[in-house]
Amino acid sequence: MTFLLGSGAGFSGDRTDAAIPVVRELIRRGQPAALIFETLGERTLAAAHRAMRDDPAAGYEPLLEELLTPVLDDCLKHGIAILGNFGAANPDGACRVVAELAARSERGGASIGRVHGDDIRARLGELDLQRWEAESRELPGEEALISANVYLGAAPLVEALEFGAEVVVSGRVADPALFLAPLVHHFGWAWNDWDRLAAGMMAGHLGECGAQVTGGYFADPGVKDVPGLATVGYPIIEVEEDGTLVVTKPAGTGGMVTARTVKEQLLYEVHDPANYLTPDVVVDLSSVRVEELGPDRVAVSGIRGKPAPQRLKTTVCYEGGWQGEAEISYAGPNALARAQLAAEVLRERLTFRAPPELRSRLDIVGHASVFDSDAGDLQRRLLTAAGGDYRLRLAAEHAERRWVERATQELLALYCAGPAGGGGVRRQFQRRVCTASYLVKRSDVEAFATLFDATLFETKMVNERRVAHAAR
Amino acid sequence: MPHAEVNVPASPAKGHAVPLHRLAHARAGDKGDRLNLVLFAFEPHHYETLVEQVTEERVLALFAHRGASRVRRYLMPGLAGMNLVIDDVLQGGVNGALNLDGHGKTLSYLLLGMSVVVDEA
Repeated sequence: MTFLLGSGAGFSGDRTDAAIPVVRELIRRGQPAALIFETLGERTLAAAHRAMRDDPAAGYEPLLEELLTPVLDDCLKHGIAILGNFGAANPDGACRVVAELAARSERGGASIGRVHGDDIRARLGELDLQRWEAESRELPGEEALISANVYLGAAPLVEALEFGAEVVVSGRVADPALFLAPLVHHFGWAWNDWDRLAAGMMAGHLGECGAQVTGGYFADPGVKDVPGLATVGYPIIEVEEDGTLVVTKPAGTGGMVTARTVKEQLLYEVHDPANYLTPDVVVDLSSVRVEELGPDRVAVSGIRGKPAPQRLKTTVCYEGGWQGEAEISYAGPNALARAQLAAEVLRERLTFRAPPELRSRLDIVGHASVFDSDAGDLQRRLLTAAGGDYRLRLAAEHAERRWVERATQELLALYCAGPAGGGGVRRQFQRRVCTASYLVKRSDVEAFATLFDATLFETKMVNERRVAHAAR
Repeated sequence: MPHAEVNVPASPAKGHAVPLHRLAHARAGDKGDRLNLVLFAFEPHHYETLVEQVTEERVLALFAHRGASRVRRYLMPGLAGMNLVIDDVLQGGVNGALNLDGHGKTLSYLLLGMSVVVDEA
């Protein structure tokens, strides 16, 4: 029987009403189903650790309550399991929120599973770390270290479902593992059934970014038009026991599912398509086929799997000093020349007003910004336009806030000491959290699930069995 | 001249120059300081044009000003597309860049601004 995977969110900050039509469709179909919230990127995990440093009760997905409130009752009532990495840096905090929401639901409570084992910060010094191949940064010293989290596979999520969890809360797991887990639980796939595991991982890969497979992040007016982006339907992936996949979306929603929308997401954030590394299987997309079956129904087939890698990716977050940004606008006649002059003034000022190790860049938004290098190659090279509306932006980074304040102060000073007609100055500062990625031995990682006891407000082991990745 | 294409070697093909945007669609993804750009021909008969003209060398030149150190191209003929993996192009990546777009998400359109030569006008 078909299992349905619905996506409720594809990143932290995603639409909080997206899950409603998905859950409505899952209920209408009456087939076994799960709802997945993927809300944890490289950036958001760093932000969560930062938030938890400032407030020990924070550190989980800030929109958790808004995301779950509209759908929790219906999911509990209809046996739709909810899985999410919304625990971020603080899964226990997220479990408390879920427990409180469930206590207020019609049912008056829910069985909540919590995944353990991704946080290896305390053991980082004793582990055999290998640098991830695209990583050029050195491991930071202990004083700068904020967190270290392994990308876990689906096994501890499956364990939580086996314990009877109706809502499963995790921190760092490989995003598509959130989708693979209910499939393994439902179909009883073996952990060495590589082709099925690969198909399940790709169901997750296609669904994990929410609307990115159903017409979101795709529209280009006149070239790739998408209807109804304001109410775009989030994906539902239909999965058969043999690993057959169909991508679709709820009836009556905006967006579209076509071969093109599916292809863009299929290779999103993939490196070598013949060796897409995930914790549970190495996916081979060499022979993948994408076929439109009908309106908003696209089949993906030909996915192959190879044995899981021996090492798991770990992301380390560490203190990155301060970043400040400041902006000013120039508009009307000769605006670009005035903005360029302002940039030159700032460049010169910073050579004697800031220490040499201050990193900075200047953008002229509307002229050369996001495509440009930190050195401003494009800004200097491109032709000057006669008029326009330009915004000069300075960004600077230093270990000490005072130097970032000093540097951005120079942009504020353009009001009275810079070119004519500048306005709309804004300035902001933020602490930076940097990340670096390493590989740890699978056998060094111990991942397992527990059930959260809402009466004790702490997690309780319900079973001594621990699923170590190495042991399966 | 499209943005930033100053250093990109001209396509060796003969015919009519158009931006890649006319023939193909693309999406950017990032992991650390590594960017991947997926590129698919709108029409299967343009796939060979992409293979011939969107080479590792031309893409590396297009992103040279950003510090790109290596481009690897994975062809996906069954999907009429390719995956371009570009190292060290994000100047620190999402948690380290000073760029407004630390993910490099807008860079799919830098690629789509590249000139390619086609037979038809």
